Amino acid sequence: MAIKVIIPTPLRAYAGKRESLDVNAATVGEALAALTSQYADLKKHLFADDGRLRSFVNVYVNEEDIRYLQKDQTHVRDGDTISIVPSIAGGAMD
Amino acid sequence: MGSRSGVSATPVSNAGVSLTKDEILRYSRHLIMPEVGMEGQLKLKQAKVLCIGTGGLGAPLGLYLAAAGVGRIGLVDFDCVDLTNLQRQVLFGTGDVGRPKIEAAADRLRDLNPEIKIDTFEAHLTSENALDILKDYDLVIDGTDNFPTRYLVNDACVLLGKPNVYGSIFRFEGQITIFGYQGGPCYRCLYPEPPPPGLVPSCAEGGVLGVLPGIVGTIQAAEALKLIIGKGEPLTGRLLLFDALAMRFRELKLRKNPACPVCGEHRTITKLIDYAEFCGIRGEEAPAPPTTAPEITPRDLKARLDRGDNLFILDVREPHEYQICNLGGHLIPLGDLSRRAGELDTSREIVAHCRSGKRSAEAVEFLRRAGFRKIWSLKGGILAWSDEVDSTIPKY
Repeated sequence: MAIKVIIPTPLRAYAGKRESLDVNAATVGEALAALTSQYADLKKHLFADDGRLRSFVNVYVNEEDIRYLQKDQTHVRDGDTISIVPSIAGGAMD
Repeated sequence: MGSRSGVSATPVSNAGVSLTKDEILRYSRHLIMPEVGMEGQLKLKQAKVLCIGTGGLGAPLGLYLAAAGVGRIGLVDFDCVDLTNLQRQVLFGTGDVGRPKIEAAADRLRDLNPEIKIDTFEAHLTSENALDILKDYDLVIDGTDNFPTRYLVNDACVLLGKPNVYGSIFRFEGQITIFGYQGGPCYRCLYPEPPPPGLVPSCAEGGVLGVLPGIVGTIQAAEALKLIIGKGEPLTGRLLLFDALAMRFRELKLRKNPACPVCGEHRTITKLIDYAEFCGIRGEEAPAPPTTAPEITPRDLKARLDRGDNLFILDVREPHEYQICNLGGHLIPLGDLSRRAGELDTSREIVAHCRSGKRSAEAVEFLRRAGFRKIWSLKGGILAWSDEVDSTIPKY
């Protein structure tokens, strides 16, 4: 099933400069695994060493934060959009 | 609240506050619309708003709040105006370069609207002074540019029960919401922790489209004005995402986290903490990670080149940076190095450089692990080269 994953600007450098990507997945966890298997550099930006999603990165299915759904077990359906939304601080950096 | 106008005021009052004839004329485009009207304008006149930061976000914010007649505006900043600020910080002019931002900002806002009061705090906001600075204001607008200050502003607002109109930007994307409004979610509900310093984007990935803070800051100003006049639907419980490149707004649900350490059911943070430590930053600056890469100073490199030594110059910046200025080096961006290391000759002496020396140190460490031995990183990068060797090389 085609799920659109929107890559935020700060992480595009680790995802082949792509703005979004279509993946086949039944859950959020599968979708993110598909993403990081294609772009290995993304992994350390999304997941801590213990494999949990980093606490400055939120993931949404459509408008809803997966922390309030079933986290990485959240089911996704054809046509759903997954958004990765990391914390940004700027201002202008450096 | 005395009138500065010599003309006697039309006595329209709200808790003893009224508008003078001059103010009525100045704010007439507010007064003739029912959503603001006299009632809203008097609320604006009595409002006290603190803007933290007078940079990219603070500039449009300050201008619109002052123009709208917010009666008291506090400004917090410690910086001086720099030439690189003028690309987006529209509060300042070229003649302000070198002046304290707070001074230049206050002058500009007083010129825009002499009817209002401007409070200036030329200081770093810290755990020691934050509660004292924030306590007198009705609402706080976060226009800062770093994680420690954002968590500090959040916690101080939650502890004092003040709404925090939040905006942040990166390149051409912005995030905007209101935290802590009527018991709503706070910044820690959204992001419990900041990224560790090593994962914060480096200068290779920084930069900001000049108009972006203008758009995000004016949205913050609009939300602040709506909160003050009590009209419309506040941007609370919603995170607004803006992408200037796609010219698209999206909205995500923002929920209160019951486990939030500062506003949740079982609070563990009941006073301000050490935010530099919380964000993994020791001291004022983001840490320069200790590099094991051998370095060469610009002067030593110049001397060797003048001697005719056959050095290979490797530039590990991005192609768009190469176009700004270069030392004629061979360009392989740091991110491509693992794939393109084969272009380099291990038998040659190589000097790698970037803008400030950070990326080239990483490149040298990587290449040493890959078997390169005669390789150095240019200490201080092309910035130091410009300072110490060739001042015709522009800095950026």
